[in-house]
Amino acid sequence: MLAFIISRILQAIPVMLVVGFLAYALFAFVGDPVSIMLGQDHTEAQRQALIHQLGLDQPFFIQYAKFMLAALHGNFGISFRLAQPVASLIAERLPATLELAFTASVLATLMGIPLGVYTGIYRNSPLARLLMVVSLIGVSLPVFLLGILLILIFSVALGWLPSFGRGPVTHIGTWWTTGFTSWAGIKALILPGVTLGLFQMTLIMRLVRAEMLEVLRTDYIKFARARGLSNRTINFGHALKNTLVPVITIIGLQLGGIIAFALVTETVFQWPGMGLLLVQSVAVADIPVMGAYLMLIALVFVAINLIVDLLYYAVDPRLRIDRRTATGAR
Amino acid sequence: MSEQTIQSPRSEGRLARIRDSDLLYSFRRAPIAIVSAVVALVLIIASAGAPWLAPHNPMDLASLSLLDSMKPPVPLPDSDWSNPFGTDNQGRDVLSAIMYGARISLIVGFLAVGFAVVVGVAVGLAAGYVGGFVDSLLMRIADIQLTFPAILTALLVDGVIGAALPGTLHTSLQLYVLIFAIGISLWPGFARTIRGSTLVERNKDYVMAARVIGLSPARVMLTHVLPNVIGPVLVIGTLALGNAILAEATLSFLGVGLPPTEPSLGTLIRIGNDFLFSGEWWVTIYPGVVLVLMVLSINLLGDWLRDALNPRLR
Amino acid sequence: MTALLSVRDLTVEFPTRRGLLRAIDRVSFDIEAGEILGVVGESGAGKSLTGAAIIGLLEPPGRIAGGEILLDGSRIDNLPYEAMRQIRGRRIGTIFQDPLTTLNPLYSIGHQLVETMQTHLKMSDADARRRAIGWLEEVGIPAAAQRIDAYPHEFSGGMRQRVVVALALCAEPRLVIADEPTTALDVSVQAQIITLLKRLARDHGTSVMLVTHDMGVIAETADRVAVMYAGRVVEIGPVVEVIKHPAHPYTEGLMGSIPSLEHRVERLRQIDGAMPRLNAIPPGCAFNPRCPQVFDRCRVERPDLLDAGVTRAACWLHTGRAATRAERATHA
Repeated sequence: MLAFIISRILQAIPVMLVVGFLAYALFAFVGDPVSIMLGQDHTEAQRQALIHQLGLDQPFFIQYAKFMLAALHGNFGISFRLAQPVASLIAERLPATLELAFTASVLATLMGIPLGVYTGIYRNSPLARLLMVVSLIGVSLPVFLLGILLILIFSVALGWLPSFGRGPVTHIGTWWTTGFTSWAGIKALILPGVTLGLFQMTLIMRLVRAEMLEVLRTDYIKFARARGLSNRTINFGHALKNTLVPVITIIGLQLGGIIAFALVTETVFQWPGMGLLLVQSVAVADIPVMGAYLMLIALVFVAINLIVDLLYYAVDPRLRIDRRTATGAR
Repeated sequence: MSEQTIQSPRSEGRLARIRDSDLLYSFRRAPIAIVSAVVALVLIIASAGAPWLAPHNPMDLASLSLLDSMKPPVPLPDSDWSNPFGTDNQGRDVLSAIMYGARISLIVGFLAVGFAVVVGVAVGLAAGYVGGFVDSLLMRIADIQLTFPAILTALLVDGVIGAALPGTLHTSLQLYVLIFAIGISLWPGFARTIRGSTLVERNKDYVMAARVIGLSPARVMLTHVLPNVIGPVLVIGTLALGNAILAEATLSFLGVGLPPTEPSLGTLIRIGNDFLFSGEWWVTIYPGVVLVLMVLSINLLGDWLRDALNPRLR
Repeated sequence: MTALLSVRDLTVEFPTRRGLLRAIDRVSFDIEAGEILGVVGESGAGKSLTGAAIIGLLEPPGRIAGGEILLDGSRIDNLPYEAMRQIRGRRIGTIFQDPLTTLNPLYSIGHQLVETMQTHLKMSDADARRRAIGWLEEVGIPAAAQRIDAYPHEFSGGMRQRVVVALALCAEPRLVIADEPTTALDVSVQAQIITLLKRLARDHGTSVMLVTHDMGVIAETADRVAVMYAGRVVEIGPVVEVIKHPAHPYTEGLMGSIPSLEHRVERLRQIDGAMPRLNAIPPGCAFNPRCPQVFDRCRVERPDLLDAGVTRAACWLHTGRAATRAERATHA
């Protein structure tokens, strides 16, 4: 088990190095940070001074190494656009994105799994068919359009919920800010959370349903029926357990989708998170922020993959074969 | 021993065979498939023929008049039938803008998927057929890319290229940059599937036979293996088309896709978003509805196609 | 004497878009208490479907279109789902072909045994566990008490099939339908499973409907055998008779095509042609296009099972004999 974890971590390191390389390549070859930082009019001397100061006159691999070392210390340079350290910008924005992603995931999973199970078991009932139609629309509806529609209905027409911003937040610890502590903060979280979560919920529901249908066709379910086991045992004991194993991993990987679509949601609702930061940065080619975002995202995904692998290991007995000694099996 | 044919009677001729085929049968039987095919067809014709069919030309700045601006759509007061969907703040006819916009959205979608198919199938075939180190390397790359959501990949590629190109070149090439970015984000899906099928086919006897005759690996891959693994590409491609169109719309909405001079549906929605709070909802909502209809009908067709081609569900 | 299982004129149809396919066409046979009936035939002859129809697990759109199935004298083919569920496992057990996919990989074999027993028989957890260990020992799993909590993937194919046999028998049914129980196993393991099945059937007085395409297994194990072709029973009778003196030309062809260790032959004998597809079954006797002894009546009229001495065969060669099946039934 420990060996498993260590080997996965070791596998992750080259990935991070490659991503870091790509991020640094962005710095080195794309855009001209010097011009951006100095503005249009600058003398050659000023240019050379800045180049030297930024260390841009050193060989590529030394710059790369320094970049990676700095990254390890959490130093990602200075944003071109805002002239602030990237690390502090990210720290400011991260809690907003994380709270949004968390709310959306919880919503998506808590609703998606039961609905998926229901439509899998009772696949021909009218409710199931309706849900499938709704889910198909959900998959075809872009996240931003859903956000706009919700704003139109709940903010403009009904005036119940705020349409932008995060509402009042309180500081916790050295850098975290949370919106959960006030009713207004929670209200601000609802529309963006639903927007982000609805899409995921649709995907999860369809996935669980598809998996459930597959499982219900297997030989061991057929055998369970031939043994006269009750429908309850078959559906919720055998089928569900086998369905959830691959579903768990997919949900974990979906977290990536949530983080990605958070950017769209944040744009629609002007939510002050990492996604909005990235979009604003891409628009003006603010390379340090883009590079840092890339590395951070890679780290998050690698971590998610690792956790998902561990979960799989815990749930599926077939992967634990080295724990038991097979006696006299052959 | 008399030769009794123990086969069911088969119609003669190719056309008759298509008419008799299971695929067409399933299609005729499924009202959803028919409806969505009709909707998709209408949208495609309307948008492809936009330069000839649209009542106005929204790109032609000379034909615009600020007097026309902000007209509401037909059922509401102050509207008229020359602008059935209303106009935007510059007097552009929303219906025409939608037709042109849908055209661009479809072009980007088709070309992006086309690009992804070509790259993905090539990589998948090579990886599956050659195997070994090449396979591991290519699949590693695909896997790493697959851990990132497509939209993110497209955004970053778009952003990087955008940063690398100087301003004017950037806007004129934006269409191609977008196609490339979205295509890049989609190829791993195709590659993985094709590779899987290729691995299975590679061990079959007919491939062995072809190699024994002395055909080059490229020849074997293209003429023997490819026709047998290409099937699922149709289903994946249809669903990928829907995703590509959504991706383009999202990128345009975020402001990094198509510019207002050459607006796609996503761009139109972004422009219209600013007017939501002042009550002029039609500039955003109509393009939105058309976008959803387009993607929905494509998804429905893809779903139906997948069920119809799945041998286990028959 | 009422047979344990009585299948009468069973017909199973599949409505498809190309028309109605009859996969099983007026099949009749009986299984007495404590006997082993072999059901043999080529792939696609309808053997497995017959088993599925008996336990009410036909995959839609397949459905029973005619005939009756009686268990201990009462009809079971028209029972609602819940009543049928209680019969499955408790009164009729089933063994499937592939031991690698028949067991749920996420539950231990002990769990699967206990849940089956507790569904049908009232017993406490402790009792169920004890009985489960007992069953594992009976089917020959070594160190049963330790292995009861093991998962299916920790066993070899042969061992897993033993577990499947235990699962089929643990609710103490009087009839077991074994659908190709040895087809997926190595030859040496096949022999073990067959011996196990025979012994358990004898010890517990259980009847077995043994479905297979392997005549060798039938010869070893069955008391009587029914030969199926194109969804019909073409011959039925005591095993030794059917093998040594086949009364139906198809059976004769089958026996003749089995290679013999005693005589050298230049070529293996085979039956020309192939079993017809379900949508192209010829009128009259289904075997007539391939039969070396065919005559006019065969192409027109379909024969019922006619008396052919010790066995019964659906062949017009035996019209001279005394009673038809219908007359026999009234004597029973």
